[in-house]
Amino acid sequence: MNLPLLSLCTFVPLIGAALVLLLPRPAAARWIALGTTLAVFGLSLLVWARFDPSNPGFQLVEKLDWLGGGISYHMGVDGISMLFVVLTAGLMPFCIAASWESVENRVAEYMVAFLVLETMMIGVFCALDLVLFYVLFEGGLIPMFLIIGVWGGKRRVYASFKFFLYTFAGSVLMLLAIMSMYWYSGTTDIAALLNGVHFPAAMQTWLWLAFFASFAVKMPMWPVHTWLPDAHVEAPTAGSVILAGILLKMGGYGFLRFSLPMFPSATEMFAPLVFSMSIIAIIYTSLVALAQEDMKKLIAYSSVAHMGFVTMGIFTLTHQGVEGGIFQMLSHGVVSGALFLCVGVVYDRLHTREIAAYGGLVNRMPLYAACFMVFTLANVGLPGTSGFVGEFLTMLGAFLHNSWIAIFAATGVILSAAYALFLYRRIIFGALVKPALKTMQDLTAREIAILAPLVVITIALGVYPQPVFSVTTPAVAKLIHDNKTALALDHAPKVAAVQKRAGQ
Amino acid sequence: MSLQTDLMVLLPELILAIGAMALLLAGAIGGERTTPAINWAAITLLLVSGAATVIGPDHAMAFHNAFIADGFSRFAKLLIVSGAALSILLADEFFSGLNVSRFELPVLMLLASLGMMLMVSSASFLSLYMGLELQSLALYVLASFNRDHLRSTEAGLKYFVLGALASGMMLYGISLVYGFTGSTAFAVIAAVTHGGAGLGVVFGLVFLIAGLAFKVSAVPFHMWTPDVYEGAPTPVTAYFATAAKVAALCLFLRAILTPFPDMIHQWRQIIVFISVLSMALGAIAAIGQSNIKRLMAYSSIGHMGYALLGLAAGTALGARGVLIYLAIYVFTNLGVFACIQAMRRNGKAVETISDLAGLARTDIKLAAVFAMLFISLAGVPPLAGFFAKWYVFAAAIQAGLIVPSVIGVLSSTIGLVYYLKVVKVMFFDEPAPAFDPVSGIGSKFILALSAVVALLFVVGASPVITAADAAAKALLP
Repeated sequence: MNLPLLSLCTFVPLIGAALVLLLPRPAAARWIALGTTLAVFGLSLLVWARFDPSNPGFQLVEKLDWLGGGISYHMGVDGISMLFVVLTAGLMPFCIAASWESVENRVAEYMVAFLVLETMMIGVFCALDLVLFYVLFEGGLIPMFLIIGVWGGKRRVYASFKFFLYTFAGSVLMLLAIMSMYWYSGTTDIAALLNGVHFPAAMQTWLWLAFFASFAVKMPMWPVHTWLPDAHVEAPTAGSVILAGILLKMGGYGFLRFSLPMFPSATEMFAPLVFSMSIIAIIYTSLVALAQEDMKKLIAYSSVAHMGFVTMGIFTLTHQGVEGGIFQMLSHGVVSGALFLCVGVVYDRLHTREIAAYGGLVNRMPLYAACFMVFTLANVGLPGTSGFVGEFLTMLGAFLHNSWIAIFAATGVILSAAYALFLYRRIIFGALVKPALKTMQDLTAREIAILAPLVVITIALGVYPQPVFSVTTPAVAKLIHDNKTALALDHAPKVAAVQKRAGQ
Repeated sequence: MSLQTDLMVLLPELILAIGAMALLLAGAIGGERTTPAINWAAITLLLVSGAATVIGPDHAMAFHNAFIADGFSRFAKLLIVSGAALSILLADEFFSGLNVSRFELPVLMLLASLGMMLMVSSASFLSLYMGLELQSLALYVLASFNRDHLRSTEAGLKYFVLGALASGMMLYGISLVYGFTGSTAFAVIAAVTHGGAGLGVVFGLVFLIAGLAFKVSAVPFHMWTPDVYEGAPTPVTAYFATAAKVAALCLFLRAILTPFPDMIHQWRQIIVFISVLSMALGAIAAIGQSNIKRLMAYSSIGHMGYALLGLAAGTALGARGVLIYLAIYVFTNLGVFACIQAMRRNGKAVETISDLAGLARTDIKLAAVFAMLFISLAGVPPLAGFFAKWYVFAAAIQAGLIVPSVIGVLSSTIGLVYYLKVVKVMFFDEPAPAFDPVSGIGSKFILALSAVVALLFVVGASPVITAADAAAKALLP
């Protein structure tokens, strides 16, 4: 049986959204959304099961005519993108469950927005056509804009506009770059562009910059990261989970899918720029995180710092660095999502995210304290948690490439321990003196059901990361090999010129 | 060629001309109570004329090469009749709600549509000017149709004075071109200017473009647009924003690309200039607007800028981009004006953006359609407006117009602000008193149609693209 699995993963949420619109009562909407996301998660696991890790190429490929003229509906996954599909599908049920009680008004619309967003996100990772990719990449903005703007906090309007405008402004230049690539090569098919289309070095520079504008904003990299703290703070809990867990990963994925293999000489040329920006992100945003008074804002800044490790790892173009970057993205998707869920737990009870309003929660909420502890340590990158693996590998890659980069990045590790543990101490430990906290209830069954699987995943991936690496290793090897071959092609004329001069 | 074959080429126009006169007589005899019947008869006439266009010849000239019926004119005419028919549908409900129903409105719209169809079919400057003036005179009257209303009369007068000036400039340009090339026929001019033309022709071309730019409301000839959009009754504004824009822009394409293909270096700079200015001004000036119709006026200025970028490309791909742009633009705008027409509180029309506050709570369906159309106009995928921009910008990039394209996409980001602002008012703000429910079947139909186009273009795009491709190739073989 040959099911179009990826299309199913992508479009089943839309069917769910249509069902919600037909049955817009809140209870029905919640159950339909949960059922749909669980079904999609099941489908994504099926994708994983059908996936052949030894094959570094695109698998489960589907291709249909779409707009004509070399633009087609082309879906497929490889070792780089497949796990992001699973991550997206896996996080969605948690988001729906986390919004079960905290979202009370306009429930049906809320669920529709999330389901539409899921379609866009899964589609981005499956798309093997640039136009399709762009459509889905940008299409996710509309539901996220509504999620922040309708169900967000006090400054939701400002945050939602900033989010939309930053990402849109970054992406329109990528759109023009896609058009140039289209006219140069006659196709927007990613697989075709990866195998056999070689852009001239001068063109690569511009294309790389245009793609970088989009992905750097999405990632987000310093100095275009400022939309993220605002968006995170104002978004509802589930919105933050999706933002941190999935949307940020699209930037890193974009670098891996486009910048590295398609524009190798530009990547080589701009790598120092990326390293500088990454290191500034790691150190500067960690320092900024230290000074935050708002829990979500602190985690948001820590996300920027962690994404700094990702970009650093990816652009080292070493096997360790790239794989570490991918692993770090996956791990961060789970861990930061879980951290936002933890914030959501206490926010639902006290309706404030101010760190100073808390203290001594361990006395009333031991289970919560334990879960929060696991995620905090994973965020710090303690060995034995998933956070360690990615961080270690990216640093290893950086060290292989240039030890100075690794030395600067290592300071970020210390800083991350400082801000994360500082946050944990201020919220969980100390005396329970504030009257409002004295009646706090520990985790409910629903919250345990949400957090427990994430704890298990965090520790399991930290102890035994092999399932991830067995998928990513062949694809990363191919990516680096392709990059080096294409780079050699770019250098060939120069080498020839040098040889010619030497011969004269 | 005999008169009969000539007439057969112009069959769609003949149907409209004879029908319009018959309806005028019927209205004059029957009085105002016949208005609904005349509205429906006018819509039927437009549909019949559209059908006649579809089955018409693929390429035929008539009246000593003054008129041409080809794939390009067919595409344009179908858009024109769609825009006109749906505008009359809106007008039917609009004026019956006001208890003023005048049979002149559908007749004038028919006559204007006839002018538009002649415009897009013209193959010579004389027939072009005739069609243009027929259209303009009808539009002047339409703009001031609400004659007891100060704004409306002001709009009509303003449009008339500036329009006459533009027509004059254009006529002067045409006379220069005629004087220096010896012909008004596009084919002859193309042959004469092949391989270079004198300064006189260039001067003529500049005046011609100025006049045409006025008709498509491109900067710096855009001043009339906000006043006319605001002052004219909503269905008439819808007509201005759809059919009239299609006709003017298709005329622009034909009157530049057919007679002056070899003077691309002379006219391209001008087109790029007005295109970039229109995109930027449309995006920036719209931000401060509080009246939704004025906002739509600036939005249309911006959109004409984007479409003109396709013309600046000067290729068949560019023309294809413009046609796809227009097709999407027509249906999106009709939907938007149907939404604006639905903004009625206790039977009174309201027009400010703040009246839309919290519409998502009081009428989620209307708010959803409105928001979707606005986001589509902003060019955010996966809605139709994105594909409109994709084809225009892709053609511009292919023609090497990198800098104008960059300015274009950046203005579209600025433009996003005011589109999102309206979405924000509808979805994020506290609700204002509810509007009267949308009752008219015509409005409901237009809203549903535009929503379907905006939402499903992403899956059903390829027939439109194929048709536009064929039409563009008919213009630029």
